[in-house]
Amino acid sequence: MNFQLTKEQEFVRKMVREFAVNEVEPLAAEIDQEHRFPVETAEKMANYGLLGIPFPTEYGGAGGDHISYAITVEELSRVCASTGVICSAHTSLCCWPIFAWGTEEQKKKYLPDLLSGKKLGAFGLTEPNAGTDAAGQQTRAVKDGDDYILNGAKVFITNGGYAETFVIMAMTDKSKGTRGISAFIVEKSDEGFSIGKTEDKMGICASSTTELIFQNCRIPADRMLGNVGEGFKVAMSTLDGGRIGIASQALGIAQGAFDVTVEYMKARKQFGKKLSQMEALQFEIADMKTRIEASRLLIYQAADMKDKHLAYGPKSAMAKLFAAETAMYVTTKAVQLHGGYGYTKDYPVERMMRDAKITEIYEGTSEVQKIVIAASVFGK
Amino acid sequence: MAFKIIVCAKQVPDTNVIKINPKTGTLIRDGVPSILNHDDANALEEALKIKDQYPDTHITVITMGPPQAKDLLFECLAKGADEGILVSDRAVGGSDTWATSNTLEAAVKKVGPFDLMFAGRQAIDGDTAQVGPQLAEKLGIPQVTYVEEFKMDKNMKDITVKRQLEDGYEMIKLQTPCMLTTIKELNNPRYMSMKGIFGEKEIKVWNAKDIEVDLTTVGLEASPTNVFRSFTPAPKGKGITIEGDTVNDVAKKLLVNLKGKHVI
Repeated sequence: MNFQLTKEQEFVRKMVREFAVNEVEPLAAEIDQEHRFPVETAEKMANYGLLGIPFPTEYGGAGGDHISYAITVEELSRVCASTGVICSAHTSLCCWPIFAWGTEEQKKKYLPDLLSGKKLGAFGLTEPNAGTDAAGQQTRAVKDGDDYILNGAKVFITNGGYAETFVIMAMTDKSKGTRGISAFIVEKSDEGFSIGKTEDKMGICASSTTELIFQNCRIPADRMLGNVGEGFKVAMSTLDGGRIGIASQALGIAQGAFDVTVEYMKARKQFGKKLSQMEALQFEIADMKTRIEASRLLIYQAADMKDKHLAYGPKSAMAKLFAAETAMYVTTKAVQLHGGYGYTKDYPVERMMRDAKITEIYEGTSEVQKIVIAASVFGK
Repeated sequence: MAFKIIVCAKQVPDTNVIKINPKTGTLIRDGVPSILNHDDANALEEALKIKDQYPDTHITVITMGPPQAKDLLFECLAKGADEGILVSDRAVGGSDTWATSNTLEAAVKKVGPFDLMFAGRQAIDGDTAQVGPQLAEKLGIPQVTYVEEFKMDKNMKDITVKRQLEDGYEMIKLQTPCMLTTIKELNNPRYMSMKGIFGEKEIKVWNAKDIEVDLTTVGLEASPTNVFRSFTPAPKGKGITIEGDTVNDVAKKLLVNLKGKHVI
């Protein structure tokens, strides 16, 4: 057992911290209020290799590991959760399933552009009537000669408006239930594919969350990811990894709120002394810090298990459950400790509290994480 | 032939975090992170910009320091330099600028011929701005200090630089090989890249014997200068604000004030 980061991982944190503070933080409040996807930041992330960290260099990745990837999402989210999830959804939900499930041809065709960040990726599973109950897919894919024809719609798709490559789940045989779902790679330019409504959200307002619409969308059969009927497996294995990304986002939000609150408490005086000198408030900080550190350990352990090809699903579910709840806990306390100022947009904790909530919902609600964890205890 | 650039860099304590012991006047280094000296980051960046334009360029970063200065080389290589050399030996510890430039001269000679050398103007811990110029003198190459603009002809020989002065600037033409010391106005240093962080790195560690330096010219003993005392200057008092209804009023009061003090 070794709880020390490697030299590379330490430098990843140093690099992303500098990048985040200089390039991401100055935009965070503005893009939140304008609900603007930071195209310029996505480009910079691409140039510095932040969009292809845990993949081999032969496909254009950085040759890094999942702890480094987790650190990256954490450090970005520490200053801007919207920017953090651009990296997380792209890496975990689009690049990873193509890398893990794709044929050599598919990997060679799609990964270089995705890992270099030339193209952004997204993932489509959720439908209006198939959220947590992902098996209730209504999007259909029907074989037609050498093609598949897709019809249906996906909702709440992160990076939707700016992605060019999509991993999409669709029902190829409804009679088989989850075994009737298949995964496909869809390109933005495909005929019959379009972007629908953009969601107006409570938090992560600078992240692009859209509907995807398939109207007789015709794609070649060789775009299928995995075999016919393996789509549910592709989706579930992808979400196992995605949870490391979202847990890291939650951790970053919590750490960011914690850091600004500590600074605020050192400066703010009431009753003739600084907030940082008041024991009741110190105890709040102690609780916040402890939960943050515990989240970090769970996340890095899950990431390490993923790198070692161990069964990490329940661990990443625990990491996401705990980190997301920690993000809500810490940001709510952070607003409280800022008093009235914390409730205004003049201080970042207001945004952080709104951003934190989504981490308990997307890529598996906290309740779904508990199902996964409980199943690892009692069996399915 | 690859165009060869040598960048001299120094690992320094982060002065944003550092505190000074008011009694002894020395730096409290405990828990203070070490960073790549700011002006040296500009030196490396200018070399990397040349490499961006001419990918055949080979960049060697040389530093002198304790074993942990390898971290500085890691960072420089993660930004895109090709090779890092750390000169580390107890025999060179405590060197002043003269002894340091003797050490670096020997290391550069071991590296072999080069076309261009960059060094930061000065390090934020010592603020001497002497090592770069001394090294150029000892190597017998032309130097320009305080470079804020750099242009190189396609022939990779003719260089034009803008040199910052307190009250203006100089435009200077010179030819490779030469030494340029850089200031922050020259460029915006890039970050490390993920590929750079995870890529293979060539870091060499040389001791005094490896660089065949004359041991009587390096280290604390051989240093002709040493720090006699360091102290934190007492903060200056508040300035005087001269107020008046019109600009003329204010100017008049200022004149009276200056004349009264026999300044003018």
